[in-house]
Amino acid sequence: MKQIRLLALALLATSMLTAQDYFPKNDGVKETNSNFHAFTNATLFITPSQKVTNATLLIKDGKVVEAGKNVSIPKNTVVEDLAGKFIYPSFIDPYTNFGVEKPKRQGGGRRSPEYHASREGFYWNDHIMPETAAIDSFKYDNKTAGEMRKQGFGVVNTHMMNGIARGSGVLVALNDNDGEATRVLDDNFGQFYSFSKSVTSRQSYPGSLMGAMALLRQVYEDADWYSKGNIPTKDRSLEALISKKGKVSFFEAGDKTNNLRADKIGDAYGVNYVIIGGGDEYEMAQQMKATNASFIIPINFTDAFDVSDPYLADYISLEDMRAWNQEPTNPKVLSDNGVPFALTTYKLEKPSEFSSKLEKAIAYGFNKTKALEALTTVPARLLNMSDKIGGLNKGMYANFLITSGELFEDGTTIYENWVQGNKNVLASKDQTDIRGEYTLAIGGKTYDLNITGDVSKPKASVKVDTLEYKNDFKYQENWVTLSFTDEETKEIFRTTGIIPTQGGNFSGKAVLPSGLSSQFTATKKGKSSNVSEEKEEEDKKEPKVYEVLPMTYPNIGYGNAVQPQQQDMLFKNATVWTGENEGVLQQTDVLIKNGKINKIGKDLNAGSAKVIDATGKHLTAGVIDEHSHIAALSINEGGQNSSAEVTIEDVVDPEDVNIYRNLAGGVTSIQILHGSANPIGGRSAIIKLKWGEDADGLIYDNSPKFIKFALGENVKQSNWESYSRFPQTRMGVEQLFVNYFNRAKEYDSAKKSGRPYRKDAEMETLAEILNGERFISCHSYVQSEINMLMKVAEKFDFKVNTFTHILEGYKVADKMAEHGVGGSTFSDWWAYKYEVNDAIPYNAAIMASQGVTVAINSDDGEMSRRLNQEAAKTIKYGGMSEEEAWKTVTINPAKLLHIDDRVGSIKVGKDADVVLWSDHPMSIYAKAEKTIIEGKTFFDLDTDKQKRAAIAAERNQLMKMMAADKDGGGKTKKPSRKAPKHFHCDTEM
Amino acid sequence: MKNIKLICSIMLTVITATAFGQQTPAPSQQGAMTIKGATAHVGDGTVIENATIVFENGKITAIGTNAASKGTVINANGKHVYPGIIAPATSLGLIEVEAVRASNDRDEIGDMIPNIRSLIAYNAESKVVESMRPNGVLIGQATPQGGTISGTSSIVQFDAWNWEDAAVKVDDGIHMNWPRSFRRGRWWIGEPRGFQPNKKYTEEVDAVKVYLAQAKAFGNGNGQSANEAMKAMQGLYNGDKRLYVYADGEKEIVDAITTAQEAGVTKIVLVGGYEAYKVIPFLKRNNVPVLVQHTHNLPNKADDDYDLPYKLPKLLADGGLMVALQNSSASNFQTRNLPFYAGQLVGQGMDKEKALQLITGNTAEILGIGDSYGTLTVGKSATLFISEGDALDMRGNQLSKAFIDGRDISLETHQTELWKRYMGKYEGQGK
Repeated sequence: MKQIRLLALALLATSMLTAQDYFPKNDGVKETNSNFHAFTNATLFITPSQKVTNATLLIKDGKVVEAGKNVSIPKNTVVEDLAGKFIYPSFIDPYTNFGVEKPKRQGGGRRSPEYHASREGFYWNDHIMPETAAIDSFKYDNKTAGEMRKQGFGVVNTHMMNGIARGSGVLVALNDNDGEATRVLDDNFGQFYSFSKSVTSRQSYPGSLMGAMALLRQVYEDADWYSKGNIPTKDRSLEALISKKGKVSFFEAGDKTNNLRADKIGDAYGVNYVIIGGGDEYEMAQQMKATNASFIIPINFTDAFDVSDPYLADYISLEDMRAWNQEPTNPKVLSDNGVPFALTTYKLEKPSEFSSKLEKAIAYGFNKTKALEALTTVPARLLNMSDKIGGLNKGMYANFLITSGELFEDGTTIYENWVQGNKNVLASKDQTDIRGEYTLAIGGKTYDLNITGDVSKPKASVKVDTLEYKNDFKYQENWVTLSFTDEETKEIFRTTGIIPTQGGNFSGKAVLPSGLSSQFTATKKGKSSNVSEEKEEEDKKEPKVYEVLPMTYPNIGYGNAVQPQQQDMLFKNATVWTGENEGVLQQTDVLIKNGKINKIGKDLNAGSAKVIDATGKHLTAGVIDEHSHIAALSINEGGQNSSAEVTIEDVVDPEDVNIYRNLAGGVTSIQILHGSANPIGGRSAIIKLKWGEDADGLIYDNSPKFIKFALGENVKQSNWESYSRFPQTRMGVEQLFVNYFNRAKEYDSAKKSGRPYRKDAEMETLAEILNGERFISCHSYVQSEINMLMKVAEKFDFKVNTFTHILEGYKVADKMAEHGVGGSTFSDWWAYKYEVNDAIPYNAAIMASQGVTVAINSDDGEMSRRLNQEAAKTIKYGGMSEEEAWKTVTINPAKLLHIDDRVGSIKVGKDADVVLWSDHPMSIYAKAEKTIIEGKTFFDLDTDKQKRAAIAAERNQLMKMMAADKDGGGKTKKPSRKAPKHFHCDTEM
Repeated sequence: MKNIKLICSIMLTVITATAFGQQTPAPSQQGAMTIKGATAHVGDGTVIENATIVFENGKITAIGTNAASKGTVINANGKHVYPGIIAPATSLGLIEVEAVRASNDRDEIGDMIPNIRSLIAYNAESKVVESMRPNGVLIGQATPQGGTISGTSSIVQFDAWNWEDAAVKVDDGIHMNWPRSFRRGRWWIGEPRGFQPNKKYTEEVDAVKVYLAQAKAFGNGNGQSANEAMKAMQGLYNGDKRLYVYADGEKEIVDAITTAQEAGVTKIVLVGGYEAYKVIPFLKRNNVPVLVQHTHNLPNKADDDYDLPYKLPKLLADGGLMVALQNSSASNFQTRNLPFYAGQLVGQGMDKEKALQLITGNTAEILGIGDSYGTLTVGKSATLFISEGDALDMRGNQLSKAFIDGRDISLETHQTELWKRYMGKYEGQGK
């Protein structure tokens, strides 16, 4: 009762501190309290690096008045002596959705997709909502605030986690006592972005990561155009974006490569995003540093897998197990690399996990001062609020922690978390330390009582000699309650007693088994015994630190321990398939130097080059796949009937194990094509399979520019439930092309005229086609549509570069030859849909016979690793010569991709992208023994053997660690495995 | 709506119109036929150089280096003769075009429907079936798919007027998809998209056990009640029918075989068997043959050897198991690549003749037609083909003749016709 009154008094006092004086008061009389509050003799951290001993912190009205050594204390000050205790600025969480409920996904199942925005007066895309103000739906959440304060947080940044552009957030102090007027530090704070669509709209676009990227770029372009007064109509989204220019922009990227993607967009439009990462940044710490961005990093380290069922454990990938092993080093590695970052509770299941995860990071080497900075000064700086939060300088908010010792040390207790001058008790700091050994006298018997553990939450043991009695012990405020069972008599004793402030002996009331009330006394014998302290330590859940296993490039199974190095090599005595007029040369040497083919001939001098005996083996140029969908995070942007604005280069995935598997099939270069979800698809990425390098390293330098077009059933959406997107017929497909090219022509002439124009990535791309700067590879099946596109192109005075798939190319091969378009086809696929009824395996041979440049492609991550065999099918079907057949997977696709000056044949001066085969390269019995790109060996049969052994050993090592972790009481999760990516043209992503 | 109807009717007419594409089936063998001078790949692991093969009334009457010629002689010097390749566990003839629902007769509704019979839906005039023949694939097991017990298959030959003509062995086996202990998350109900343990695995296995026990009990009774599904199961207990169990995981394989055996099923064939190489002694002990997944597949798991699918059948064969290749997971048109799936094994170090066994002799044994098909053996059906070169290699697989039960079948297809038609067009243009 007394306590409640005290609390009420405290509440009154604080509200008086902050109540606006122009507000009427009807529940009492208006009075002001202008007292100060001082904390003296404390070890005070004004900032993580500014430590003052014997310091005073003086606060008033929720702010710091003075902090340091020689603080003069006014007379009207409540003084608290904090001798032996520590004061820290409280923590800031810069990325939460505190008090802002996430909207629920709209139900509706698999209805026909929606292509239009559901709103009017806003941007044309529902997922762009910069006009959202989180304050409108903000509801202060006492429960979460309490949980956050327990972890040491005083201020959080919150926003609506929905959509690509998410609008502004709210910066709020975790102050339960005062109203919104006080605790909301900024109600229109920052700008928030992500790559994820809004769950409240079913608008299809963007349906992919690359689409989200393109959309954001266009939004920035359009905002610029709008701000210059070029758009006569009202767009509240763009207006919001323009009005918030200059505010801190937060980008939830979510993993290491998405961090780089976000940074790339920001760089292009002069926005320096604060990037919210995913916890895997340690794998690319240097690239993170190179962005010059600041980061917010979650510490939701994954639990160990439960590997107790060996069958199920077998499904877990090495990659996922390594993540468990390596993730806890993320904060340390970033810190060591000088990457500026703040920490967040984001992604944790609940805020209470924070301290244990942080302990883990510290156990894995994260510096404690850096940790403190990542929770105070760094987030304050990222939020542009360094003058108000994150430290305890004069004038800053009185947001601070009072602790029993140094933060992040074992046994340190956070006693109090003050927010805006309001005290929040987490553990009583005034509790007397009663730990020690006592003789407990009760009902004429004596027992040994030993009190150990935390000062604020001690534990007890009750013993007679060595026999331990079960007990229930509580110590709250200054009262102790203890009940125990006498193991000899099986009788229960209950006691409760008050602790004197100075400690020592205590006594109180006891209820004997008979029910009679009596007295007990506990007489202190001394400090608690060492034996039980040791036991105490065993009980404590110290984070276990396991050996951190080395990363590979990429950091998954079959990654390289070290990046392959360029090496000069001499292949002796090979059968050399030149792919040039020289044809196939017997017993010939090929010298590779500085990554290029240096010499071809007999008895060449090796010099310093490594000699490889290729007797009985075949050396060819690396296989080139004109149509691949491996190594990409998304393939289709089908949210609109044209997606010329997207590019696969944005989403190249260098960590796809299919790169390695392709290398094992002798493939060295591929074109990653956009899918066939729409007539005008996205731009391609042409890459070399340099396994272990990052996305930029894979993409060709000065890459020729390509775009995917598509015709037929996929673009008409014939084979799934979608009836609302134009076109639904081949007739519509033609008109769509004509319309887009008409518009691109107008756009291009506006651009060339020098007048201002609205920059449009889609039109830019199409204009490049009209200007002969970008080439089309068009997915096509039946002869009518093939003919149509050639006629459209001729009308607009350009040439179609490649028809891909082109299964009825044989019916119009003469027309194709005349137009000058190449054909990149399947060897023998058909019967999978209606439009391939007339697809025949003789297609390649017939087209070639009419002078069309013909390639055999895969469109499939399995077939691509056997393209040498697929090429051989052109010999079976239609009787192509062996040399011509081989060209369909080497020099011909190189020609179609405009990279034949660099790769595709064995010719002096070309890149040393070669394959050594065990047998005739088109024999079904041949194996690629070595696959070399620019003189670097990316696949080698012997190295592959070593990698297999290493994978087996490492899997075993990690499983043992995980089993030990479970054994030690660690949390586990059930085995899981990512869905393997196996994309085709019509994969919806 | 009107449009959709229109589209449907157009598709129907086109499909029916083109469904008559198949070449006219050959008449039965009239006189004796002799192939002379060829390398005969017997299909049992052996090879006869410079062989003479004689067949009469659809059966092989002589084979050997010294066999006497009889009747019409085909000079096959330098050429190769192989037994007709057999495609097990295929939906050939049950579906024509994957994306055209109207052409799909492969998967009936229902979880345990053993009485569903593929034979009566088998389209003997399928253009896809026809396209098997120029590659040497002459026999197949038309197999329903889907559910747990998908139905009953029949074995057919690929040159027929109708399904009755086509039938080689009627209702030969029942096909069962074993539940998976680890499966893809049902993301549409909020589970992660990746794979995770199947919580209902035990329950699903139990349902199979109960069904097998019920079927057995039905047979133990008088079997008189009109339960077609239970009747269809009876062959499993007396050896008339084989049980084809589709399972890939180590645990699933052990569970499936153990369950089927304990339920009293006498002839069990494992289909799939991605992890069968981990339980070779178990399979051997239980005498279970494997119709292993074909070689042109990606590894299932990221950490698996890149060439695990290439060498998997070899691992099983080397372990002493009876193995043949199937491609039930692939599209039907791919089935013509069976010889190349076998060829891939040679690159992995398997003997060529052994690799051939995996698509001929072994397949016939496993399907229970080994007494009449699968090898070039006197007394067996003259179902064979002549290839210009090595039929397991794309460059050599060039058929000049093929016979089914001694009938000299056409090697023309819808595809060769189009090839000839358009080459003719261009030649006519003087190019």
